[in-house]
Amino acid sequence: MSNLTDLGVAAIRDGVANGDFSAREVAEAFNANVAAAADLNAFIVTTPERALEAADGVDADRAAGKELGSMAGVPIGMKDLFATKGVQTTAASHILEGFTPQYESTVSSNLWAAGAGMLGKLNLDQFAMGSSNETSYFGNVTSPWRRPDGSNTPMSPGGSSGGSSTAVSARLAPAATGTDTGGSIRQPAAFTGITGVKPTYGRCSRWGVVAFASSLDQAGPMAHDVRDCAIMLGAMAGFDPKDSTSLDLPVPDWEAALNSDLKGKKVGIPKEYRMEGTDPEILQSWDNGIAWLKDAGAEIVEISLPHTKYALPAYYIIAPAEASSNLARYDGVRYGLRDLPDGAGLQDMYAETRAAGFGDEVKRRVLIGTYVLSAGFYDAYYNQAQKIRTLVAQDFEKAWEHCDVILAPTTPSASFGLGEKDDDPLGMYLNDVFAVPASLAGLPAMSVPCGVTSEGLPLGLQIVGKAFDEQGVMNAGLAIEERAGFTAKPEKWW
Amino acid sequence: MSNYRIQGATGEWEVVIGLEVHAQVTSQSKLFSGADTTFGAEPNTQVSLVDAAMPGMLPVPNAECIRQAVRTGMAIEAQINKYSRFDRKNYFYADLPQGYQISQLYHPIVGEGQLLIEKDEKAGIPEDKIIGIERIHVEQDAGKLMHDQHPTMSYVDLNRCGVALMEIVSKPDMTSPAEAGAYVRKLRSILRYVGSCDGNMEQGSMRADVNVSVRKVGDTELGTRTETKNVNSVRFVMAVIESEVRRQVDLIEDRGTVVQETRLYDPDKNETRSMRSKEDAHDYRYFPDPDLLPVNLEDSFLEECRASLPELPDAKRTRYIEELGLSEYNAAVLTVEVETFARFETLLDITAKHLGKPESEIATTVANWSMSTAPGVVKSLGDEANLEYATAEAQAAILGMQGAGDISGSQAKEIYEIVLKTGRDPAEIADTEGLKQVSDTGAIEAAIDDILASNEDKVEQYKGGKDKLFGFFVGQTMKAMKGQANPQVVNQILKGKLG
Amino acid sequence: MSVNKENVAKIASLARIKMSDDELERMVPELNQILGWVDQLSEVDCSNVEPMTAVIPNELRLRADEVNADPKTGGDRRDDVLANAPAAEHGFFGVPKVIE
Ligand SMILES: [Mg+2]
Ligand SMILES: [Zn+2]
Repeated sequence: MSNLTDLGVAAIRDGVANGDFSAREVAEAFNANVAAAADLNAFIVTTPERALEAADGVDADRAAGKELGSMAGVPIGMKDLFATKGVQTTAASHILEGFTPQYESTVSSNLWAAGAGMLGKLNLDQFAMGSSNETSYFGNVTSPWRRPDGSNTPMSPGGSSGGSSTAVSARLAPAATGTDTGGSIRQPAAFTGITGVKPTYGRCSRWGVVAFASSLDQAGPMAHDVRDCAIMLGAMAGFDPKDSTSLDLPVPDWEAALNSDLKGKKVGIPKEYRMEGTDPEILQSWDNGIAWLKDAGAEIVEISLPHTKYALPAYYIIAPAEASSNLARYDGVRYGLRDLPDGAGLQDMYAETRAAGFGDEVKRRVLIGTYVLSAGFYDAYYNQAQKIRTLVAQDFEKAWEHCDVILAPTTPSASFGLGEKDDDPLGMYLNDVFAVPASLAGLPAMSVPCGVTSEGLPLGLQIVGKAFDEQGVMNAGLAIEERAGFTAKPEKWW
Repeated sequence: MSNYRIQGATGEWEVVIGLEVHAQVTSQSKLFSGADTTFGAEPNTQVSLVDAAMPGMLPVPNAECIRQAVRTGMAIEAQINKYSRFDRKNYFYADLPQGYQISQLYHPIVGEGQLLIEKDEKAGIPEDKIIGIERIHVEQDAGKLMHDQHPTMSYVDLNRCGVALMEIVSKPDMTSPAEAGAYVRKLRSILRYVGSCDGNMEQGSMRADVNVSVRKVGDTELGTRTETKNVNSVRFVMAVIESEVRRQVDLIEDRGTVVQETRLYDPDKNETRSMRSKEDAHDYRYFPDPDLLPVNLEDSFLEECRASLPELPDAKRTRYIEELGLSEYNAAVLTVEVETFARFETLLDITAKHLGKPESEIATTVANWSMSTAPGVVKSLGDEANLEYATAEAQAAILGMQGAGDISGSQAKEIYEIVLKTGRDPAEIADTEGLKQVSDTGAIEAAIDDILASNEDKVEQYKGGKDKLFGFFVGQTMKAMKGQANPQVVNQILKGKLG
Repeated sequence: MSVNKENVAKIASLARIKMSDDELERMVPELNQILGWVDQLSEVDCSNVEPMTAVIPNELRLRADEVNADPKTGGDRRDDVLANAPAAEHGFFGVPKVIE
């Protein structure tokens, strides 16, 4: 039998269904990898018993001849932004340390209903704010990847879904949930050589997911390949009456409809993404992607997304503004941390609790968000940013008159060493320059691995599609995957 | 224009008043969650994870609350905005779990409307007056803090948190406490007609934020206003204005300045004071709630809302006067409260059927009965009255007998007394208790003939011009008939015989 | 636009985050760097542009007025609501005494 922890979602699902191995064996194998990977700090809490319990349920169902779900026997990692009933949920923040939800998020419920099990709660940037996984209260996540120069510099797994990207790329889990507000699935997927999909805004319910920026947050799958993502997204997605922004649409069978033949499809190449100073290796990977998609039968067309330049600054107004309000509920009254110095009044308690509970990046963004919404600044900042957002979305609308999907790099660079961008918040924000436009427009987008840099670090290519067309995005992703022949794996050092 | 003036040391002052009334929308569940809205439950039992603002919770709007706000807007002849949005009003307080209230600032669901207050000379409202309404928006109520249960802690109960409110914002069109009182009463009446709010002020279903400023008579600029929050009765609204006017005038005349601030009313001391807890809450950072899409109202929905509106107070009052022939006073009194007009209309309907007469012919009798006779009987009986027996059927039966001349007015009262004490059938009471008039002309004529025969001298005197003796003959006849003769019949026959 | 220490102190107070003098000092250039960068948005003429309200064409759904239709969004779960409270007494949340 091959090493079970090398298998992905489809292989595990099929193997369990065929009786090649039991779900319990799979869960045990991944539990063991998780337990041996404390150095990576990918998990905030591990829940091996939950993984086993779900596996035993699947094995029993199979023995009883019951129909198995689409994720039956697949143990996964759950980003610690999803509320899990009875299991601590922190958003990687001190302010939620010890918080045990009495409810289960819709997305995680859907996954358990499809037969998945939970290996544990994955580390992330605090409140999903960050692009390097250095803002967690529970310590940095370290990428399993290293530069092969012998320096052993701990590398960033990307963020905010860095626990997820590390867990999948290090074979601690065959798949993991991520959330993407401005690139938080795609960028870490690119940094770690895995595949991640951010679906159309509204595909996955936000109910029970700790909110960062409500109009941008979307959950999605992170896994080894396109097929695995298609399966997992199918299990996660679906209409939820508890989320009034949820899409009331049937969930297509994305896996069944996967097709890498792109004949008749047009792929747009946005000229504004050829930004000055972009790493030549990134540009090279992009050119490779263009060649592969041509090879898959697609026609390549140049398109223009003229407001690209303004997307990132608009994002850094909208997201912090929404966050400053979404995070107001962390006040030490109903759950989480309470810091109440002797003699302090209610408002002092708020200020002390939030000072002690939020990390620096969270404070920075809450302050920016508070500022741009405050009296006299709303129109100049927030309203202007929402207008720019309209323009960014209109850019895409116009582009769809010329193409079916858009191909672009996922990130402006490969992974960097932890701490290398510490003193430069703005420099860090620029990581999301290619990812943010699709987020602002709510469009489905994915990152698919496409090669490694001369430093031996993975790179990803991004595909953006029309609203509701996850299929078109994943089909293009599959065409790249088949041609890129990405087989690199991090060597185990932990 | 009201003639309400305040005499200060430096001259005469007038007051400008605007009211923001928070009215709890009548709905089973909260505005954005499925928790119950019933008043008076154990603390925190009617709280959902959404209301408690647990991480990851999301609002889903209640259709009924939207519908009721629209119907209310229609009832005040307001513009209904087919496009509206929810905004977040951000501030920190222990009764506000989300750290923001979901409200509507930029695009409220209801725009400008108006409301008529009726002239009431006694109260100092010389003529009917239209009060402008700026807007109605829908928003969440906050929870409740209790300060007296623990020496160092306040307790938080979130049962009310998230209950739907309509905030009805008037224009600063009121110029006396009486006008403000009349406005609140009229608004309450309309809300109760529409059924969008139960108007129960003691339970906090309606509270007013009272905005008051003063200026010298003749000035056109508005003075600095204060806002006194959560005033929960008509009487207190008027008291707040009086005390705030006095305070502001004194302050200005003492060379002070009025500070724009939030105040709280203390009914025990009958004064307002600055509200410390809201001191720095002035930058609410409103922005559209990103959890909620805009509200778009369809024409069919609006039509359905309009069709569901009942006859409203002003229209009903006019109809009572013009079609039923009631006096202005009766029409006004009967149309204030939903319960009052409902009782009246039921009684009128059944009585008209009993008598086979058009409603307009008996409306005044029924109105007098239901406004004064019936309540008078109930009051005189006190505890002896069992109000369960005060059915419309029983009252209509009594009014029917009276209308047919079978019983007199005083007999009607007596019968109703017995009904209220015993629940017996009015017709049966009239029969068995001898509470009936004799209208049989034969019997009455015989009695009158007897009396005239044995009082020939008085007949002579009467015919000689001593008119007053007519009363004597009536009295004798009634005595002979043991008080049960129909007085009209007696009069008629007597007049005939005496020529 | 840019901020000074007093501005930041006011924002921090609005956001209810206690900050020491040192922290405020450090935050000023960081915020100014970010604000200076986002200021480029003012270059764009948006006079005829509506601000985005719904990112994906979607209708607001309203729910029926029903009590506890879904236990996940209904009441009658006081124990769950209070389960994580730092101070819960007699069925209430406790907070430092407030003077209104
Ligand atoms: Mg108000
Ligand atoms: Zn209000």
